[in-house]
Amino acid sequence: MISIFQNYGGTLLYGLGQTLLCSLIALVLSLIIGTFFALLEESPSKLARGIARVYIEIFRNIPLLVITMFFFVVFPLYVVKMNGFTAGTIGLTLYTSSFIAETVRAGIKSVDPGQMEGARANGLSFWQSMRYIVLPQAFRYVIPPLGNQFVNLVKNSSTLAFVGGFDLMYQGNVIASSSLQTIAAYSAIGVLYLVITLPISYYMRYLEKRLA
Amino acid sequence: MLQNFINAYSPDNLRYLFGGLGITLLVSVISIIGSFIIGAILGIIRYVKIKYVSAIVGVVIDVIRNLPLILILFFTYFGLPNLGVKPEIIPAAILAMTIFESTMLAEIVRSGIQAVDSGQMEGARANGLTYWQGLWYIVLPQALVKMIPAIVSQFISLVKDTSLATIILLPEMLFRSQIIYGQNTNYIIPMFVAIAAMYFVVCYLLSLLARHLEKRQA
Repeated sequence: MISIFQNYGGTLLYGLGQTLLCSLIALVLSLIIGTFFALLEESPSKLARGIARVYIEIFRNIPLLVITMFFFVVFPLYVVKMNGFTAGTIGLTLYTSSFIAETVRAGIKSVDPGQMEGARANGLSFWQSMRYIVLPQAFRYVIPPLGNQFVNLVKNSSTLAFVGGFDLMYQGNVIASSSLQTIAAYSAIGVLYLVITLPISYYMRYLEKRLA
Repeated sequence: MLQNFINAYSPDNLRYLFGGLGITLLVSVISIIGSFIIGAILGIIRYVKIKYVSAIVGVVIDVIRNLPLILILFFTYFGLPNLGVKPEIIPAAILAMTIFESTMLAEIVRSGIQAVDSGQMEGARANGLTYWQGLWYIVLPQALVKMIPAIVSQFISLVKDTSLATIILLPEMLFRSQIIYGQNTNYIIPMFVAIAAMYFVVCYLLSLLARHLEKRQA
């Protein structure tokens, strides 16, 4: 395994970079989209709640790989050309945003409803109360589950390997087939995945305990 | 366009796709049963805190949980032959799924046991049961009821994750849809619509079941 690191260090590092890049882009975008749909679900409008419900249920219940393949196979044919990295990142974003929407919504629900009532009674509009009173409190509860979502994102970014996204998993396959040291190559990328995911998992567990 | 849909959904193609759904469900069901058994053993070991053993099991669980499932699929299908074992595709997929999911279930089992009021065990001991009898007859049956919604949710992930096994050529839905649209590119959209719908129906119904079970407990 050490010889893999020595001989293919550059390739591994490049893959690790792509994995991190795609995970971070997907995290930021799915945080924005997820929070947006969580707010829609909590909004007073019935139509908005319906739209949010449909969005969340669709992307929660279809496998990530099917979503990614859709963007990789169908989009270039009928809409716009995109490379594997883009298709994979879009797939990851849509899939993760539905889980983040549920997480953020649970966070909003955990804030005492008196906060919203108080804000409304003080003359703030529904959206102002959300923005200035409820959401800042909700995010405190939401941080540990969001961290776990990020761990899932990093793990799920390995679907980029299916669409030629040059991520860590993809490079692992390249190294496995060129070095013929299958187990060593997969162990090496396993170690690199753990370097990212384990510390975050442990830190989130610590935060969870502290919040409880 | 409509004609493409009609042609794509020929009886033969549909039968082929539903066969894929069958394989998805077969792999998922066997894996969830296997992972429940292994996960329960690991979860109990974690809970009862046997010196060293529980700590080692904890580390192994954390390592596997934090790896991508695709990597574990590669280990079982491409790595094991290097060690002299050459599994067939379906057993390899089931093995990988079971290894991965049993770590998830171990955590579910452990938190299920922890959720049972500690007075239950004390009462059992006070009534003359041994620790293991108390665990087996009093605590575990109550914990099991608490775990069921989480296990159903985990089963949904498992059904979705089975699609990843296309990478080792498991002939499930996604793989079969690719074979069909590989022969005629006009079938690409109909095939994506079909498999997305099939996954959605299965997973959505299961999520309704999970939600119903959760409500009944609360």
